[in-house]
Amino acid sequence: MVGADRVRPYHWATDALPTATHPKESVLSAPTEFVAVPRPATQQPTTSGVGVTHAVASLIKYLLLVFFAGFFILPWVWMVSTSLKNPDELAVYPIIWIADPIRWDNYLSALRQADFLTYFFNTILVTFPSVLGAVLSNALVAYGFARVRWPGRDLLFSLVLATLILPGFVTFIPLYIIFRNLNWLNSYLPLIVPTWLASPFFVFLLRQFFMSLPEELADAARVDGASELRIFSQIILPLSRPALAVVALFQFIGSWNDYFGPLIYLNDKALYTISLGIANMRASYGFSNFAWIMAATCMSVLPIVVLFFFAQRTFIEGIALTGLKG
Amino acid sequence: MLHLRTLTRAERQGLVTGLLFTSPWIIGFLAFRVYPFFASLYYSFTFFPILESPKWVGLDNFRGLLDDSRFLTSLYNTTYFAVGAVPLATITGILLAMLLNSKVRGLSIFRTIYFLPSITPVVATAIVWLWMFDPLNGVVNYMLEWVGIDGPGWMGSPQWSKPALILMSLWGVGGAVVIYLASLQDVPRELIEAAELDGASAVQRIWNITLPMISPVILFNVITGLIGAFQYFTEVHVMTGGTGSPADSTLMMSIYLWQTAFQFFKIGYASAQAWVLFLIVIVFTTVLFRISGRLVYYGGK
Repeated sequence: MVGADRVRPYHWATDALPTATHPKESVLSAPTEFVAVPRPATQQPTTSGVGVTHAVASLIKYLLLVFFAGFFILPWVWMVSTSLKNPDELAVYPIIWIADPIRWDNYLSALRQADFLTYFFNTILVTFPSVLGAVLSNALVAYGFARVRWPGRDLLFSLVLATLILPGFVTFIPLYIIFRNLNWLNSYLPLIVPTWLASPFFVFLLRQFFMSLPEELADAARVDGASELRIFSQIILPLSRPALAVVALFQFIGSWNDYFGPLIYLNDKALYTISLGIANMRASYGFSNFAWIMAATCMSVLPIVVLFFFAQRTFIEGIALTGLKG
Repeated sequence: MLHLRTLTRAERQGLVTGLLFTSPWIIGFLAFRVYPFFASLYYSFTFFPILESPKWVGLDNFRGLLDDSRFLTSLYNTTYFAVGAVPLATITGILLAMLLNSKVRGLSIFRTIYFLPSITPVVATAIVWLWMFDPLNGVVNYMLEWVGIDGPGWMGSPQWSKPALILMSLWGVGGAVVIYLASLQDVPRELIEAAELDGASAVQRIWNITLPMISPVILFNVITGLIGAFQYFTEVHVMTGGTGSPADSTLMMSIYLWQTAFQFFKIGYASAQAWVLFLIVIVFTTVLFRISGRLVYYGGK
C-alpha cells in the first residue's frame, strides 16, 4: 500500500528512469528511497517530554519483545541441553544447563537403540509421495476451477469451500472402515492416497493464484490451438512456482508432523513414522532414558528447522496468504 | 439441471475438460468426504461393535451420552481449554504482531523466533513441554522459584493440567502472529497518520482504526483457532499416553472419541460423539459469525 504522502511526480533530472527494466512493476512500488519524501517537521518529537515518553515506550516495547523471545526460545534450549546430559544430571538442583562431560553419544544411542533411522526413512517414504501428490492434484484441480470455463463449475467450487470447514473427526471413523475393507491398514496407502485427491485448502490457495495470472498468454496459446493440458503444463505451471512451493512446503510439514493418521492406521512398529515412533519411545522408556529420547526428538525436528531456514520467505508469505483471504 | 443436449459443442468440450481437470477432487470428495460424512451420521444411530455389522438403535447413543459422566467431563475439559486458549492466543498474537509492526530493529529475527515453534512437530513439542512441566526437575517450576512461587504439579495435578496445556498452546501462536502482522502492514498509513494529526492517542488509534481494519483477519483466526481447540488431540495423547490423565482432567472430546472407537471398539457410540462435537463447532462458528456481523469491518471489498 503506498500512502498518498509518498507519491511524488517523476522528475527527469533527479530520478532514475522508471519501469524501463521491470515492465511488470508499477512506478509506485519502486524502492522507497526513490519516492520517499521528508516527513513534515511537526511530526518529529520536539519537546523533551515527548522524547522521554518515546524512550520509555520504546524500552517497554523491546522488553516485551525480548520477554516473549525468551518464552519461545526456552523449550529449544531445554531440549538441546537435555539431549546432551548424563542420566544423573537430569534430576539435579539447581539445573545443570551444560552437561559435563557433554554426551554427544546420546545421539548415537538414539540412532541405535530406538530404530530411529527406520522411523526416519518411513517418514520420508510417506512424505515425498504426499508432497508430489498434493502439488500435482491440487494444481490440476485448481486450474480446472480457475481457468477452464464449463457449466456447473461455480456450483462445484462452492462445495470445495463447504468442505473447507468440515472437521476431520466427523469423517475419520468411516474412513478407517473404508481403508480396512480395502485391506490398506498397516500400510502407507491411507496416508498417501488422499493427498493425491486434492485438498480444499490447497485448491482454494492455488485457484486464487491462477486467477491472478494474466490471461493473455493462455488466450494466445489457445488461438494457436494448444490444448488446456498443454497450456496448464507449459505456461501456467512454470509461472506458478511460488504458489506451488507453498503447497509443497505445507504438505511436507503436514505429513512430516502427522501423528493421528499413523496412530490409527499403522500397527506394526517397523512401519512407524517419526512422530509415532518418538511418542512410543516416550511412553515405553523410563526417566533415566530421557536424555537420548530428547536427542531423538531433536533429530526429528531438525529437518523442519533446516527446511524453514532454506525457505523462510515462502513460509512467511504462504502463512500470511492463508490468513488474508479469510 | 444440466441438459447435455442444449449445450453447444464448445460448452460440452469445456465441461469434459473441466471435469477431467477437477476429477481428482471429485473422486476424493465423493469417496473420502461425502460418503464418510453420511456414513458417520448413520453409524451414530446404530449399535456397531467394530467387527460386527451396524444395528439401528435410534437415539440410544445420544441418550447414552447424556448419562455418560466421562463424556460430560470431556465436554467440560474441551470447553475449558478452548475458552482459555483461543482468547489468550488472539490477544497475544495481536500484541506481538503490533510490536513487530512498530518499526522494530531485528524484525526478521524476532519473527523467526516467534514463528518457528508453530511448525515444530507437535509430538516433539509435547515431549519437550512435558519435561519442562516436570514438577521437580522441570524448568518451569525452577524459574517460578526465582520469583518466589512454589510451582504446582502441572501435568500431574488435576487442577493444573489444563492451564499447563493452555500455556503450552501459546508456544504455537507464531503462525497467527505472521498472519496478523501481514494484515497490519496492509492498514493504510494515511488513516493512522490523519488520526495522529487530529490528536488521537495511541490507544484510540489502535481501538478505532487498527483493530477494525484487521477485524476480518481476527475473525478468521478466532474461528480456525476454535475449530482447532475443539479437535485438540495430539499433545494430550502424547503427554498422557492417550489416557487423559490425571483423573480424566485432560480427557478432551477428541481423546474420548479415540478411546471409544479404538480402545472400546464402539463405533456407533463414537460416531454419536463425533456428531455432537461437530454440532458444537457449527453452533460456535455460527454464533461468532452472527456477533461479528456487527463488529467486523469489511471495508470497500
